[in-house]
Amino acid sequence: MSHAVDNPSTAIEIAQAVASGATNASTVMDEHLARIEASETEVHAFNLVLADQARQHADALDARIAAGEDVGPLAGVPIALKDNMCTRGIATTCSSRILEGWEPPYNATVADRLANAGAILVGKTNLDEFAMGSSTENSAFGPTKNPHDLSRVPGGSSGGSAAAVAAGYVAASLGSDTGGSIRQPAALCGVVGVKPTYGAVSRYGLIAFASSLDQIGPFTHTVADAALVHEVIGGHDPLDSTSIPQPAPALTEVLDRGVDGLRVGLIDEMMGHGIDGISADVLARTNEAAEALAAAGAKVDRVSIPASIYGLSSYYLVAPAEASSNLSRYDGVRYGLREDGANVVEMNTATRTAGFGDEVKRRIMLGTYALSAGYYDAYYGKAQRLRTLLAQEFNEAYQRFDVLLSPTSPCTAFAFGDKTADPMAMYLNDVCTIPSNLSGDPAMSVPFGIGDDGMPVGVQVLAPATHEPVMFQVAAEVERLAAEAKGAAQ
Amino acid sequence: MSESDLPEGWELVVGLEVHVELATNTKLFCSCPNMFGDEANTNVCPTCLGLPGSLPVVNEQAVHFAMVLGRALGCTVQPSVFARKNYFYPDMPKDYQVSQYDLPTNGEGALELPDGYVVGIERAHIEEDTGKSTHVGGDGRISGADYSLVDYNRAGVPLVEVVSRPNMHTIEHAKAYVSELRDILLATGVSDAKMEEGSMRVDANVSVRPTGSTELRTRCEIKNVNSIRSMGRAIDYEAHRHIDLYNNNDAPRQETRHWDEANGRTRPGRSKEDADDYRYFAEPDLLPLDPTAAEIAAIDEAMPALPQQRRRALAEAAGLVPADVALVVERNQDELALAALAAGAGGAGVVKHLINNLADGAGQLTPEAFAGLVSMETRGDLSSTQAKTVLAELVANGGQPADVAAGLGFEAMDTSELEILVDGLIADNPDEWGRFCEGDKKIQGFFVGQIMKATKGQADGKVVNQLLASRASSS
Amino acid sequence: MSNRISTDEVAHVARLARLQLTQGELERFTEQLGDVLEHAADIEALDLDGVTPMAHPLPLANVARPDTVRPSLDRDEVLSQAPAVEDGRFKVPKILGEEL
Repeated sequence: MSHAVDNPSTAIEIAQAVASGATNASTVMDEHLARIEASETEVHAFNLVLADQARQHADALDARIAAGEDVGPLAGVPIALKDNMCTRGIATTCSSRILEGWEPPYNATVADRLANAGAILVGKTNLDEFAMGSSTENSAFGPTKNPHDLSRVPGGSSGGSAAAVAAGYVAASLGSDTGGSIRQPAALCGVVGVKPTYGAVSRYGLIAFASSLDQIGPFTHTVADAALVHEVIGGHDPLDSTSIPQPAPALTEVLDRGVDGLRVGLIDEMMGHGIDGISADVLARTNEAAEALAAAGAKVDRVSIPASIYGLSSYYLVAPAEASSNLSRYDGVRYGLREDGANVVEMNTATRTAGFGDEVKRRIMLGTYALSAGYYDAYYGKAQRLRTLLAQEFNEAYQRFDVLLSPTSPCTAFAFGDKTADPMAMYLNDVCTIPSNLSGDPAMSVPFGIGDDGMPVGVQVLAPATHEPVMFQVAAEVERLAAEAKGAAQ
Repeated sequence: MSESDLPEGWELVVGLEVHVELATNTKLFCSCPNMFGDEANTNVCPTCLGLPGSLPVVNEQAVHFAMVLGRALGCTVQPSVFARKNYFYPDMPKDYQVSQYDLPTNGEGALELPDGYVVGIERAHIEEDTGKSTHVGGDGRISGADYSLVDYNRAGVPLVEVVSRPNMHTIEHAKAYVSELRDILLATGVSDAKMEEGSMRVDANVSVRPTGSTELRTRCEIKNVNSIRSMGRAIDYEAHRHIDLYNNNDAPRQETRHWDEANGRTRPGRSKEDADDYRYFAEPDLLPLDPTAAEIAAIDEAMPALPQQRRRALAEAAGLVPADVALVVERNQDELALAALAAGAGGAGVVKHLINNLADGAGQLTPEAFAGLVSMETRGDLSSTQAKTVLAELVANGGQPADVAAGLGFEAMDTSELEILVDGLIADNPDEWGRFCEGDKKIQGFFVGQIMKATKGQADGKVVNQLLASRASSS
Repeated sequence: MSNRISTDEVAHVARLARLQLTQGELERFTEQLGDVLEHAADIEALDLDGVTPMAHPLPLANVARPDTVRPSLDRDEVLSQAPAVEDGRFKVPKILGEEL
């Protein structure tokens, strides 16, 4: 049975209606909380639903609007945050036992920016523990289910955020994407998901998985909503050294420009020529999207990114290496779980052994190994060199193309347990999304039709660093073409 | 405790790692106050507590201070990268320390000691300090404690670690190195360099080798020395320990040892498990530092005079060698010395009085009065005893040396008066004079003493001696 | 990189990472890490000697902040999250480390 929402109100529609007085934030909130009430026990998108607080904030917002105040571009929009983004005084767990009960004393920059724009936080969404996974099955608090089919995974690691939007619990949510953790669940749940340029959105308050790859981005029903949310959360933050020192680009104004004359490159390796395991229905939808873009005036051609074949290898050395260091701090001293031990070493060990799940332990050990003396050059060093090579190949491709196109995920949503026994099989889910994290370039997933199993398919639009405008411009066209194709099929 | 040289046939080899806390307002990577002695865990924020999601942003003043220190040590200031040094320790909030590894801000440099000996500097890199643990129960030492309490106020305080080459071969040089480095830190304002408060912490790498050998034998790193004096004792103890081991067909093993001041010995620390594998990698949350040539030139331009330059300047002006004036510079009295020299005083006299008679400060003494005093003494208008008395008066109450001398009744004796006295004395004591002329130096004191007695101490001993010598040579 | 990671090596990295493994976990993780490393070994074939390693995706440098004090956190709020506290400090079992 499907719990995916039909004809949802978009964030833009809600904000306009609330700001204009056509409706109010409280009414909007009640509608969304009612949907949560109806099916959240089955979907399990959230680790925490803040119903009372959300109602209070909606009332307060309505009062401000009544007083004539401009409350911002996301007036009254119910939103959710992946539970790896810090919220002051509100439990933030990373879906890990090791952080269970921890209440951060500060807000992530994105949380503040959304609140300042008038958005209302509804809850904290489920994820694979510390964002390590592609199905949300690694959550210490149980998996999230795909609202389109509860027997299937929502993807991951931001599965809760993707499901919360797909189920209509919120109009928009934020996820984090280290190797595809926004784009892949967006594809599997049939929503829009954006991994912005590295540094475009502040990471301050995002609990780190792999610092040089992590990036926050939105899940929404529409490309226009994603553009609006990106405008709100993007732009320079002095608290993040790796934040791009520029304001967020204007995106909403480029969406109706079409693709006439734009050059679109279809990545060969991800279209069955180099990377194995991309399913036929996903390839077919991606080809259809490319053909539709060509029909709409784009110049579409094939392009080869040979290093993309090695992206997975590079990623599974770089990300665990950084993670092994980032996750050292969970030692039972200052916050979170502590398991007793006769001395500090035993206490640290008991705490970490009890607090981390298997996937986290696997990656910590893998990363520790990749960084250890004697292996550094062979593993971590080489993986970081591959990133440079990959970035160079992308740059060369962008001499000839404005954007690139590929599948987002090799397959549609799979059944629970299908890939849990073999970590390598799970890792292969990220094969098309990882290269953008390694290069730092932006990429986003836009729904385009359905697979042979009736589940949503997403296509990925990739662009050069800081070229979000052209990426959104093309994504908006893909979205229109998908709607056209759907209309024609019906 | 003597700092005896090593037994015949052994040479000491010392390299020093000095951690310096920078005198910034805020910590290295966050805006918490960099403050010693505040109530525990009050100067903390998400970043310096290593809370999940927090990020570092480097303090521009800390980087500036680090480069100033680097230039003061003659280091190459170069593009640098922060790196993570991974190991677990409860006083380190992230269980990694942000430091610099293969690309430190300051590369090769050198530090010249007052006696002219040059100690090589390998590097001077930026890193963050750790928190502080207090050990409760047992004997207060870590191993006997029941549990520990951690305060993170110090966590994230900016440090520069200055790493010397292992080319100090005497305890005196090691001590002079630390003293010189401290003077440089104070001169540049980079740190308050208080060893007793821990804002300057010295670890000594000590080994020994047969004299004449160039090998580097197994070294031990000695921690917990909190004064220059105790460092000297620790090095001496450790070197002798190594020699004893070698003499017994044994050898030291590479380890960290701790100086036990009360018992005057070093003790082994428990070796940190797997401490050799820190898994360094470039800190992804921080960007490289790449100072421009203009920035470095501006630092050089603004550099205050450093002890070495000041010693050279004063030595040149005084006609002495730098080692002779080291104490004057260390006491920051070189400005007074230079002014007195400019006012016409002789270098030796100025430096002599500064070192012997002005250790506690110059008080009301003006450079001109100082110069006048030294000149009077040089001319023989005042004996050295009188000069010292006059100087004390000038320091206490100011004034001009001639007036003070007159007020004290120190009239310069006419040489002709002295000659009459000397000749009279010779005539009255022919036996003694005979012995004097035969070269009996002991009898010289008799003549000088008699003249002093006759003049109530106002005669200049030097002049008396000269007179006696000239009478003897012509008799 | 041709030899598969051994159980001894996995036990060593587990100790470095302060994780305790049962014998069964040790064997399973050794197998799984071996698979991932075997896959990763394909980059070994690439000639990347002339390529500089990427530490940051963006070509930024010299990002710094002014040396101005901003308020610290409230101590009670900080300590309220700690597993054990005494006398305004974080309490930990005895430290088997260096003599400090």
